[in-house]
Order: sequence, then C-alpha cells, then structure tokens
Amino acid sequence: MTEASTDNPVPPPPAAQDPAVEPTTSAAPLPEVPERLSELGRETVGNIRSDNPFMVAEDVNVYYGDNHAIQHVSLEIGKKEVIALIGPSGCGKSTFLRCLNRMNDTIETARVTGNITLDGKDIYRKEQDPVALRARVGMVFQKPNPFPKSIYDNVAYGPRIHGLAGDRAELDNIVHTSLDRAGLLKEVKDRMDEPGTSLSGGQQQRLCIARTIAVDPEVILMDEPCSALDPIATARIEDLMDELCEDYAIVIVTHSMQQAARVSKRVAYFHLGLLVEVDETDRIFTNPQHKLTEDYITGRIG
Amino acid sequence: MSECKSTRQKVEAGLPRRLRKEFTFKLVGLLATTVGIVFLGVFFSTLIAKGSSAFKQTFLQLDIELSEDVLAPGGELDLAYADFDGLVRTALRAQLPEVSGRSDRRALYRIVSVGAAYQVRDLIVANPELLGTTQKMWVPASSNVDMLIKGNIDANLDEALRPISDKQIGWVRKLQEAGRLETRFNRALFTNGDSREPELAGIKGAVMGSLYMLLVTLVLSFPIGVAAAIYLEEFAPRNRWSDLIEVNINNLAAVPSIVFGLLGLAVFINWASLPRSAPVVGGLVLTLLTLPVIIIASRAAIKAVPPSIREAALGLGASQMQVVFHHVLPLAMPGMLTGAIIGMSRALGESAPLLMIGMVAFIVDVPARLTDPATALPVQIYLWADSPERAFAERTSAAIIVLLGFLLVMNLTAVILRKRMERRW
Repeated sequence: MTEASTDNPVPPPPAAQDPAVEPTTSAAPLPEVPERLSELGRETVGNIRSDNPFMVAEDVNVYYGDNHAIQHVSLEIGKKEVIALIGPSGCGKSTFLRCLNRMNDTIETARVTGNITLDGKDIYRKEQDPVALRARVGMVFQKPNPFPKSIYDNVAYGPRIHGLAGDRAELDNIVHTSLDRAGLLKEVKDRMDEPGTSLSGGQQQRLCIARTIAVDPEVILMDEPCSALDPIATARIEDLMDELCEDYAIVIVTHSMQQAARVSKRVAYFHLGLLVEVDETDRIFTNPQHKLTEDYITGRIG
Repeated sequence: MSECKSTRQKVEAGLPRRLRKEFTFKLVGLLATTVGIVFLGVFFSTLIAKGSSAFKQTFLQLDIELSEDVLAPGGELDLAYADFDGLVRTALRAQLPEVSGRSDRRALYRIVSVGAAYQVRDLIVANPELLGTTQKMWVPASSNVDMLIKGNIDANLDEALRPISDKQIGWVRKLQEAGRLETRFNRALFTNGDSREPELAGIKGAVMGSLYMLLVTLVLSFPIGVAAAIYLEEFAPRNRWSDLIEVNINNLAAVPSIVFGLLGLAVFINWASLPRSAPVVGGLVLTLLTLPVIIIASRAAIKAVPPSIREAALGLGASQMQVVFHHVLPLAMPGMLTGAIIGMSRALGESAPLLMIGMVAFIVDVPARLTDPATALPVQIYLWADSPERAFAERTSAAIIVLLGFLLVMNLTAVILRKRMERRW
C-alpha cells in the first residue's frame, strides 16, 4: 500500500493539476498541500454521527512506520447501514477499513491509536482476540480470492474453523443458505465439488461474499469489491448489497462515485489521511459542504 | 504527419539491427545447449562403455566332489577344518591334468576366485545331504581371467607387463574350448558387500549404508526444515536477530561439505560418543548439510503463496496457525517436497563429510542396523577408484551408474510429486 506522506509536504499530482484551488501557488506546488490541510482545520465537515451507531471510531490515527497514514478520523457506522468510503488513491480509506477488523495487525510496521468500538466494546482492548473480532466483522477483498478448494469447502471454511455447525446437515444448510443469499446457488448447486477458482470473476466475488456471510458476521467490510469486475457482475454485487444491508452493516470502499451513490446511505470522503466530509449520500452528491469534496465529486481531483 | 513518418522510418531502420541481435542471441543459446548436451553425452557414453561390462562376470564350471574324507573326516560335517579350497583345487586339477609342478599348480589355482571355496561351503551348509556327491558348479573365475575374457587385458602384450602369464592364458583358452568357461550376469555386484577381490566385490553394503543414511536424513531434516521455514516465514518477528539467522542459513548452504564432516566428528563421535562409521552419524551429518537447502526452498515456497489467500483466511477469522496449516502449507507443499528431494539428492551424492566420520573404512558386511559400520555409494566409488586392481575400474563405473540411477529416480519423483500436487489459484 502506498500511502502518501502527509507529514512532509509531498504534493499529490491531482491537487497540483487543479488551478482553481490556489492560483497563487500554482508555480510552486510544494507548499500547497499543507496549506490546504490547514484549511481543513482537521475538522470533519458534515455529520459523523449515526442515528443507531454500531461501530464507532474516535480519533483514529494509523502510522506505517513514520508515515502518518490516517489522522484523527472519527466516524460512526450505523446498524444495517451501507456507508461508502470514497476518495482519491492513497487517501487512507482502505487503511481505515482495515482498522475495523484489525487486518492492520498483520502489517508489522502499522500502529493504530485512538478508539474503535464495536457494539460499545473497544476492539483494540487487550482481551479482544482479533480472530473473534474477524468472525464478527467480515471482509471482502478487491480481487476475488477464493481458496483453491471446492466451492463447498470455500463457503464451509469459516463455519468449520469457528465450529458453527454441529453436523454435516447443518453445515450443508449454512453453505446452501449463504450461497443462496449471495445469489450464487442456482449457478453452482450442481458443481459444489468443482474448485472455486473455476468460476468467473463475478461468480468468484459472490463466492467470497457467500464465504463471508457464512460466518454470519455483524459488519461486512468491502474493499473495492467490484473494481475487478465487469458492469454486469458489478450490478449483481450491488443488488446483493441492497439485500444484505437488511441484516448487516456494510462498509464499502469504492472508487466509483456512481456506485457509492447507488448503494450507500451515507458517504465519507477521505483526503490525504483526513476524513474531510461525512453526510447522507444525497447531500454529499448534491450539496457538498467542503470544497475538496466538491472538487472530488465533480471530477477535479482524482 | 511528417513526424509520424519519421518515427516509422526510425523504427524500420532499427529493425534489422534488432533482428540480428535476436538471431545472435538465439544462436549463442543454441550453441551453449549443444555443448552441454555433447558433454553429457560423452560422459554417459564413456561411463556406460566402461561400466556395463561389470554387470557381467566370467565363471568356470567345475565338477566338485564333495568328498566325505575332506568335509566330514569324523563322520560329522566339520566346517571349521574342512578344506574347501582343496576341493576346488582338486576339481581344477581334474580339468587340466597336464599341469604339474609346484609353481605351475599354484599359477593354475590363481585362475579361480577365492570365492569358489565360499560357494562350495554355502552349498554344503544349505544342503548337507549332498555330502559324498559330485556337483557341477559354476564358480567365479579370478578377476584377471575375467579381464582377459572381457578384453581388458591385452594377451599380445609382453608377458612381464600383464598380470596373467602365457601359461595361465593357455589354460583359460583350453577351458573355454571345453565349454567350461562362460560370462554370466554378475549377481555378486548387487548381493555382496565390499571385497578385496574385485570379482567378489559388490555394492550392496554401500547401497544399504546410503539408504540408512538417507532415511535418517529425511526423517530429521524434512520436518525440522519445514518447521523452521514456517516459523521464520510466518511467526518470527522481523528484527536484527531474524536477519542474522537468515544470513547464517544462507551461508550454511554454501559451507563446504567437509566442514560438516568435521563438525560431525567433533560433536557426534567425540562428544556424543556415537559409533564411528555408522549410518546414523552419517545421517546426522547429512541432516546438517541438507537443512539449509530445505529451509531455503521451503521459505521460497511459502513466500510464493499469494498474500490474497492469507488475507482471505485471516478475514474469515482464521488464526495464524490455521492460515498456515489450512492454506499456506498445502499450497507450498510441492515446492517444499521438491526442495527436500533436491536436498536428499545432494546428500546421496556427498562423500567428503563421510570421510571425516570414518565411513571410508573397508567394510565387508552389509549393515543391518543404523549403528553397524557402513560405507556409502559415493565413498565406495572413491574406494574402488583408488584400488590398483584392473577389475575395480569397471566396477567403479558400474557403481557410478547405479548412483546416477538412484539420483534420476529421486529427481523424477520430485518432478512427478510437483506435477501431481500443484494447485492453481
């Protein structure tokens, strides 16, 4: 992951290309970034609160070594809510997403400060086992990554390691329900023993979603789940998200603003490690409060 | 438009040069491959030309009278004092009655191998009821006769320059005309241990010694190597210590093998008082030798497992150990096995460290236990290559052929295992 350094004044190319922001410094792009950041005042615009908060991040900072990747991010994620994280590449949205199920623990140089609670309990507290956390906060990755095992075993893996099924019939039931909810059952029910890798890209991603919901998590994190898929497969995943949000909170990182507009209830805009603006999807896209948000959604950044 | 044209012209102008370069490079590559294949061909053809004759052996047919007077003077079979040599000599004299005189007779006795007497003894021990009968037996001829028959000794050479005299050649020719001399498959090469007599020397002792050592090496180095690789790759914290360990493992893989022999001598034999010349010590030394190879290969195989698979498992809530044992290990196993078998092949071909722990001794008995004195195939080759007898030359080549056969089988196994277990993702 290449997070742009925000402590040092490294100019991101998108900002430098934007003459409307700081016409006086366009000749010398270096000081532009800190100025714009101070302009932010490190305060998030809009409303970070949710009506029915389930996961709450308070003043979260992530450092990769000396690199301050995300800074003072506070955000509430509601129950059964789809929230989209948008922003230019390297803005820290994936980093923030990976804080929510402690996937950053696997990166040795990563350090997380601040407070993230799930259902009122700090997920970074000492007694919290990351394994147990990840059973509650599932994750779907950018590239479909089914295990090189059969379709059945792919979906059954999570329930097996967590001991969710008492016997074979129960496991069968979980696998079928999960595949059905992921909209994949019809396509694969006659070839459950074939390797998951033999499916098409879109099917593989739905298999990964089925695998995630088989553990019955409370929150599903999706890291650009459609970026490797064609529009038809993307539409299927988006429909799926609409259905899934009836039971799960979904946090989705996306580069597609159309997708964010289609699937999410709220949108959070990240910029260079800062959470710039959070609001209802409609308001973000029709009436953004912050200039950076406006620049981004109108296509002037990124 | 003009700029576009000039680009095209530039490309076209440079094209012949590029194609020429490509052609030259292909030619050089082809040449290198051909040279390699020619060398390999020369190596194999000389080896087979020299060694194939060792799989045949010259035998003499003698009518041996298992006389009661000699074998059972007191009515009982008396193996300790029975003169089996005398029986063979009598039978030989019966074939060539014209030989007389002390020195001639002694020369005559030298055309038959000392192994003939052992063969007679083994026969009578296995079948005591044959006492008193006369048996037609094929007994091995001495190695000089064997060499003469195979054409490795030139009969036209001056008598003083060859190990077999004109008279002996005459007797051999006579036996040949009488149909009492034949070349047959050399079973002794595979069923006997080492011997001072080339016609009786076999590789069974060395093969068994090598197999015992490989067994010890495999049992120790594969689990230890894989476990070390998993720990270093998946669990060990990245710091100065793990860097140091990594550098040292890489260095160990390059340490001359004789150094491991010295270490084995100091640690296993002098300090731990394990027996000298024993396959168990050889196996331990070869374990030290192959461990770095296996660790490096296993780490490479673990590194090659795509991170997306790890993330997928971690994201589902698998613990680090479940990730390793459910996903990483099955995907890395083909690479690990290949590494292990390549390490084993190296261990099989190693002789230098074994010299240091006494496995270079002349050992006739085939080892039956891990602690029995033994030698190994490469060391046997070295010992035979060092022997002055003409007939050991072809046996050296034969032993090399057998060793290469083993290596070929092992490498084939590695290839087949890799192909079988390879999974796509």
